[in-house]
Amino acid sequence: MTQTNFLKLVMPFKDKIFRLSKRLLVSKEEAEDATQEVLLKLWNNNKKIENYKNVEAFSMTMTKNLCLDRLKSKQAQNLKIVHSNYQDHNVSLQKQIENKDSVHWVSKIMDELPDQQKMIVQLRDIEEYDFDEIAKVLEMNETAVRVALSRARKTIREKLTNKHRYGIT
Amino acid sequence: MALHNIEQLLEKYDNAETTLAEEAQLKVYFAQEDIPQHLESYKLLFQYVSDTRQEQFTKALPLQPKRKKLYQWISVAAIAILMLGAYFQMNQKTTLEDLNHEELLAYNQTMEVFSLVSSKLNKGTNSLGAFKLVSSKLNEGAENLNYLKEFQNTAKRIIRND
Repeated sequence: MTQTNFLKLVMPFKDKIFRLSKRLLVSKEEAEDATQEVLLKLWNNNKKIENYKNVEAFSMTMTKNLCLDRLKSKQAQNLKIVHSNYQDHNVSLQKQIENKDSVHWVSKIMDELPDQQKMIVQLRDIEEYDFDEIAKVLEMNETAVRVALSRARKTIREKLTNKHRYGIT
Repeated sequence: MALHNIEQLLEKYDNAETTLAEEAQLKVYFAQEDIPQHLESYKLLFQYVSDTRQEQFTKALPLQPKRKKLYQWISVAAIAILMLGAYFQMNQKTTLEDLNHEELLAYNQTMEVFSLVSSKLNKGTNSLGAFKLVSSKLNEGAENLNYLKEFQNTAKRIIRND
């Protein structure tokens, strides 16, 4: 497989890999590293790729495993991942309020979810995968995916409503 | 779409029972500006979702691991060739017949030089014989010294007895 062919194959889902790793690793730099690693691994095995039925699902599973491994080793080293990509709150009052008021909340709430639920929400709501695809990527069965997704959605909504109503952080 | 309908969809959404098409409907609905107060939290959620979808992987991808492998094998091949070369070089035995005229001349000259050196060396060892003679005589002399010692001892004893 030539380089251009490989890039053509990878193009449609490289951003998905990146977003999934960012969901798990939080920091943008870490996520970029992980994405790069996944893509390079794919490229190194590019002879085998042609035999895979679903390269995208395969890559997403790889991403998941890689990120979870990284998280585990981070924990073992007792290092905290740097949340370097949070916006600076001191820019202006206006901006601060805007951030707080809107989307920033959701991202914080998402970060509090368990890893598995994070991944499911990511794959379903953001990448719009089918349940059977998610099940394949995460190596779970479909019912478990549905249950976890419903739980995650309810948690997110509950926390959002609370914050919206009382401004509790 | 009717509010009632949306609420039903949201209910299903929370239970993770919506299809992708229904979720797309929700996304469209929450993309508009005026949303009823009690559904405001969903609006944030869907806005966040559409925001995150914009994120892209922008880092460059260095793809050239294929060549690296080739270079590794080249080094292996080079070493193999070197070893083979050394091996054959050592096994090669040349006889006088293989040499051409000039080489033969050089060979003879070297041999002459070597024999000259060795004859000179032999002469040198011959003259070493003189040294040998001296040393043997020296040993003899040392043995004679023993007699002297014995004589001295007896002399001492005689003196003591007196």
